[in-house]
Amino acid sequence: MRKITRREMLQTSALAGSASAVSWFGIRAGQAAPATTNPATTPVPTGSYSYFTTAEAAFVDAAIGRLIPADELGPGAREASVAIFIDRQLVGSYGRADTWYMQGPWKTGAPEQGYQLRLTPAQLYRVAIEGVNKYCRQHFGDKTFAELAADEQDKVLHGLESGAIELAAAPAKEFFNMLWQNTGEGYFADPMYGGNRAFAGWKLVGFPGPRYNYINEIEQYGKPYPLPPVGLKGRSGSDGGKD
Amino acid sequence: MATRMKPVDVVLVGFGWTASILAQELTNAGLQVLALERGKFRDTIPDFASTHIQDELKYAARDGLFEEPARQTLTFRNSTSQEALPMRHLGSFLPASGAGGAGVHWNGQMWRFLPTDFVIRSHTEARYGKKFIPADMTIQDWGVTYADLEPYYDKFEYLCGVSGIAGNIQGKLQPGGNPFEGPRARPYPLPPLKRSYATTLFDQAAKDAGFKPFPCAAANTSKPYKNPYGVQMGECTYCGYCEWFACGNYSKASPQSTIFPVLLPKDNFSYRTLCNVTRVNLDSSGKRATGVNYVDAQGREFEQPASLVILCAFAQHNAHLMLLSGIGKPYDPKTGHGAVGKNYAYQITSSVDVFIDKITNPFMGAGALGQAIDEFNGDNFDHGPAGFVGGGYLAAWSTGGRPILQQHGAPDGTPAWGAGWKKAIHENYQRSLSIATHGSVMSFRGSYLDLDPTYRDVYGSPLLRLTFDFHDNEIRMSKYLTDKAALIAKAMKPKSYKVNYRQGHYSILPYETTHNTGGVPMGADPTTSAVNPYLQSWDVHNVFVMGSSVFPQNAGYNPTATVGALAYWAVDKIRNLYLKNPGPLVQA
Repeated sequence: MRKITRREMLQTSALAGSASAVSWFGIRAGQAAPATTNPATTPVPTGSYSYFTTAEAAFVDAAIGRLIPADELGPGAREASVAIFIDRQLVGSYGRADTWYMQGPWKTGAPEQGYQLRLTPAQLYRVAIEGVNKYCRQHFGDKTFAELAADEQDKVLHGLESGAIELAAAPAKEFFNMLWQNTGEGYFADPMYGGNRAFAGWKLVGFPGPRYNYINEIEQYGKPYPLPPVGLKGRSGSDGGKD
Repeated sequence: MATRMKPVDVVLVGFGWTASILAQELTNAGLQVLALERGKFRDTIPDFASTHIQDELKYAARDGLFEEPARQTLTFRNSTSQEALPMRHLGSFLPASGAGGAGVHWNGQMWRFLPTDFVIRSHTEARYGKKFIPADMTIQDWGVTYADLEPYYDKFEYLCGVSGIAGNIQGKLQPGGNPFEGPRARPYPLPPLKRSYATTLFDQAAKDAGFKPFPCAAANTSKPYKNPYGVQMGECTYCGYCEWFACGNYSKASPQSTIFPVLLPKDNFSYRTLCNVTRVNLDSSGKRATGVNYVDAQGREFEQPASLVILCAFAQHNAHLMLLSGIGKPYDPKTGHGAVGKNYAYQITSSVDVFIDKITNPFMGAGALGQAIDEFNGDNFDHGPAGFVGGGYLAAWSTGGRPILQQHGAPDGTPAWGAGWKKAIHENYQRSLSIATHGSVMSFRGSYLDLDPTYRDVYGSPLLRLTFDFHDNEIRMSKYLTDKAALIAKAMKPKSYKVNYRQGHYSILPYETTHNTGGVPMGADPTTSAVNPYLQSWDVHNVFVMGSSVFPQNAGYNPTATVGALAYWAVDKIRNLYLKNPGPLVQA
C-alpha cells in the first residue's frame, strides 16, 4: 500500500469534479469555512489515504458524492470526508475481516445465508472498483467512473445495486451494499473516525450526539432539543481540531 | 496433554446472567465455585464509562461487545435440502462474549411469560382440540408451571430493580398495568420510567383503537435502588444507549450492576476469562461428569475437575457443548427421536413506521422504555378463527435514535439513496416513531441444531449447524399482529405510515432479535426433553443447563425474565434437593 500525496489528492479532487479543495492540514489548523457558508461550496477535506490508491480514492469520492449528495440541505458524504472514513476502516480490523469466520470451503449460498465471499472488505473494494472502472471505460468512451457526469454515475450505481452490471471478480450487488453501508456509517459515525465532518450527518437529521442525560428534557413533548451536536471528543468532533 | 487443575465443587461454563446468579447462590451455600468465560473480563468502570461507551460505530456497527465468528460461529440453512454455510459475520442475532454475557448489551425489557405459555400443548388441545396443532409442530409443556416460577420471577425482578406497573397482584387487576399478565405476589420494586413522547402517542392511539395499553416493565431503574444483595443502582438518564451498548450509569440491570460487587470479593468464588470450554468430561459409565476441558488465550489445554458442571453459555452454545460431549441423545429430524438439538426456535418481528408532524426527539430513551398492548399474545384471544398457534405484543419503544442503525426509515416511495433519500431522512428522523410487533415462534420437527459435517471452529471442533425457517403458522401470526399494529398507527392520524410485514424465508442477516431458544428442551418426559423440570440432564445427573436453550418453544415475550426465573428456580432445587442427595431429581 502506498500513501497518496497532497498533490495527487488535489488532482483526485479535481478529477472527481469537486468544487474546491483545501488541504487537511489547513482544516486541522482551524481554517475551515465558517458555519454559515453555503454547504454546497464548503471546502472538501482532503488528506493522505492509507489504503486507497489514487484511482480508488477518486472512485469512492465520486460514488459517495452521488449516494449522499451535497445540496441545499447541507453537505453530502464527500464534504463530510466519508472517503477518509472508509479508507481508515479498510486499513483496520474491519477491512481485514479480523472478527469474521474466513475459513473454507468457499461456496455460493442462498441470499438468506449471508456473505460467503472469500474477499475481506478491503479486498472487495479493490477488485470491485477495478471492475467498475473497466466497465465505465468500455461503455463511456474510455472514462473512469469519477470522470463521468453525475447522471451517468447514478446509472452505473443503479446497475451495481440491481446486479445488472456484472463485475468479473465479485458480485456487484454485494459491493454496492457494502459501499452504501459504509457510506452511511461514515456519514453518521462519531467524527473521530474521520467522517461526519463538522457533524454534517448529525446536523442533517437533528441528532445532538452521544449526550449523557435527558432527564429534564424527555417529558417536554414536541419541543426541539436546544443544544448543538457534541462528539465523544468534544464539540469539535475530532482530536485537536476546530471547525 | 491437558494440564489438570485443582478440583472445585462447581464449574460454570460462561459468566453471564445465569452463571452470576448461580455463583452468588451456590457460594452462599458454601461451595467453591469457578466460572470459565471465553471472553474478556468487563466491569462498569472502566469498560462501560460514558466517556467512550456511547460509540455507535464501535459497539453497534462493529460488534464491540459481541462474540467473534472468527473464533466460534455456526453454519446455517433454511432446510435439510440445502447445504449449510457458515455465518461469516454476525447479523440476525448477537450473542455476547465476555463477563456479564448478553446481560451487558441487552435492553432490559422484562416480561413474564403467560401461565398458558408453560402448558401450551395441553392448553391448546383442551381449548381448540388435538387437530388444531399441526402434525409437524413439536410444542410441549415445560414441566414447570407459572405458579411454580412466580416466586423466582419475583426474585429476578427485585434483583434487577424493575420499573413498571403491576397488572395483576394476587388475582386482583391493577389500573394502568397489563391486565393479561399472570398474578404476581407484589408490585414491581420501582415505578415506571418517565414517558417519552412516542410512548404517549402510542398510549392514546391504542386506547382510541379500543385496546388496554400499559408501560412496559423495564430493568432500567426509574429511581436509585438498592437490591436484596445490597448492591446500589442509580437513576436512568435516558441517554438512549442500552441495546448493543453497556450502561456506565449503574441503571441497566446487568451482572455487573446487580451481582458482581458482592460476588467478586468472595473467597470461594473465582473466574478465569479468555478460557473456552471445549467439552464436558464424563466418567467411564457416561452417567456422571468429572469436569470440563478448556483452552486458554495461549492455546493451552486444561482439565478442570468439578463435582457439578453447569452450562451457562448462550442458548445454542449449550446445545453445541452437549453434542460435542456426548451428553444425551442427539435429535434426529427423520425419526423425531433424541432431544439434544431439538426444538430450536426464535421470534418473529415486524413493524409499522409512523410519520407525524411533531418532533419526537427519538434520541432520548432507554432500552426498555416502551408502551405496549398484550391483547394478541399467547392465548389472550380466541385462536379458533385465526387458525394459528401463538401471538405477540405490540409496542412503541423509545430505545434511542442512534443515527447509523436506528433511524425509523422513511415513508413509502422514498429512494434508497441520493438526494431524495437525504431529504426524506432530514424530514422524518425527528418526526417518526415505530410500532413493533414481537411474536412467538413455535417449535417444529425440522427446526433443529446438530454438528456440521464440514466446517470447524478455531478449537478444531465441528461447528454447530442450524436448520431453521419461518413456518406458515408464524408468517400468518405475524401478519395478524402487524395488521393490528397498523390499526394503532392509523389511530394516531399520522401524515403517513408504512407497514413492514415479515415475509419470506428466515435470513441469517440483517439483525432481527437475539431471542434464540431451544436445543436443550426441558420437560417432564425424558423421550422428548433433554433436561428435566429442574434443568438437570436426564442422562448425566451432575450436569445442569441454564438459559433459553431449555425453552421447549418460544413465547411472544422477551426471554430474559424467564431465563432469570428458571436460574433461581433451578439453583433453589440444587441447594435444597440435589446437594443433600446427589442423583437424578426426577426418575426417568
